[in-house]
Amino acid sequence: MSPDSPPAAIPAPELSKSTAKPPTLIALFVAFAKMSLAGFGGVLVWARRGIVDQHRWMTADEFNETFALCHFLPGPNVVNLTFVFGSRFRGLCGAIAAFSGLVGPPVVIVIILAALYQRYGEIEVLRRILAGVACAAIGLMLSAVFRMMTPLLKRRDVVGLLVMIAVFVAIGVLRLPLPAVLLVAIPLSIAITFAMRRNAA
Amino acid sequence: MSSDSNPLVALAFTFALMSLFAVGGANSAIPEMHRVAVDVQHWLTDKQFADVYAISQLSPGPNVLIVTLIGYSVAGIAGALVATLAMCVPTAALALFVSRFLARSSHARWPAIVQAALVPLSIGLMGASGLILARTSDRTLAAVLVTAGAAVLASATRLNPLWMLVAGGCLGFAGLIG
Repeated sequence: MSPDSPPAAIPAPELSKSTAKPPTLIALFVAFAKMSLAGFGGVLVWARRGIVDQHRWMTADEFNETFALCHFLPGPNVVNLTFVFGSRFRGLCGAIAAFSGLVGPPVVIVIILAALYQRYGEIEVLRRILAGVACAAIGLMLSAVFRMMTPLLKRRDVVGLLVMIAVFVAIGVLRLPLPAVLLVAIPLSIAITFAMRRNAA
Repeated sequence: MSSDSNPLVALAFTFALMSLFAVGGANSAIPEMHRVAVDVQHWLTDKQFADVYAISQLSPGPNVLIVTLIGYSVAGIAGALVATLAMCVPTAALALFVSRFLARSSHARWPAIVQAALVPLSIGLMGASGLILARTSDRTLAAVLVTAGAAVLASATRLNPLWMLVAGGCLGFAGLIG
């Protein structure tokens, strides 16, 4: 935490606790491209490592706060985080630089893979390999579900678990449209959470 | 949902709207992507959708790349770019707006309540994603065992998930999954 070299020209007072100088646009692009290309099965871990540990652009608390915001808003979380993070340092240009770094290189890779799939996807060997990968990938998703569920189970949060099961059945089993389900579930869940916190207080 | 209109417009509209309902991230929207892309628009078959998911997991980068792949299969490279931007930009702009707003005011209590209320929803959505993908992919006992094995390994160890995908690919290559 060196108090010297104050970034006086940068209008980001909420970040004054971080030690590093604000990154340039190119540094933002490169850093997010690296995090993104390292991230198989999720970029968040690498984003934390890069932003907090390696570059010290944010403290762990600042990172958690920013991520919490991006997690509760809709849309791809890490994309939201990247956008908000980039803009804090360099405004809209910073947001675009960080976003391009995060999404640009993997999009190129995935388009190449898609072209190969379109051309060779019907080949028996490739079809078998992809089927195996898909099975493992589903397992990874189930483990993420389990990890997120553990705190609810530990707290014996019956209401939370019921809401979770209701959404699971509505979307996964009944195949109802997502907007309709969420327009009912979100207000209901917020109302219940609010009421329970007020009772607890 | 007309299919005779410009596919790029359909992609942009579909994913821009969908992103606003992706509570908890791109993986929460997989059931809706499947419903729209397979059942409503007939952009992909069930099996192609499972393949696209596998490819998106095989490549590095954020989870949102499954949208890039759906866009590509509908309208080539232009489709891939349009779908990706449509899924990312509206909510990123929203996040930017909200973060600026919160930085200037002290509504610190509401985000905590909303976040706590949304957690069970996003778990339910991700569980539904798992179910929908498993219904297509886990058709044999061996396939179910691979899924279960990956789930247990990923929960109990800190192994890089890429190794489990590679192992799944090898088992598939060996013809053990069918």
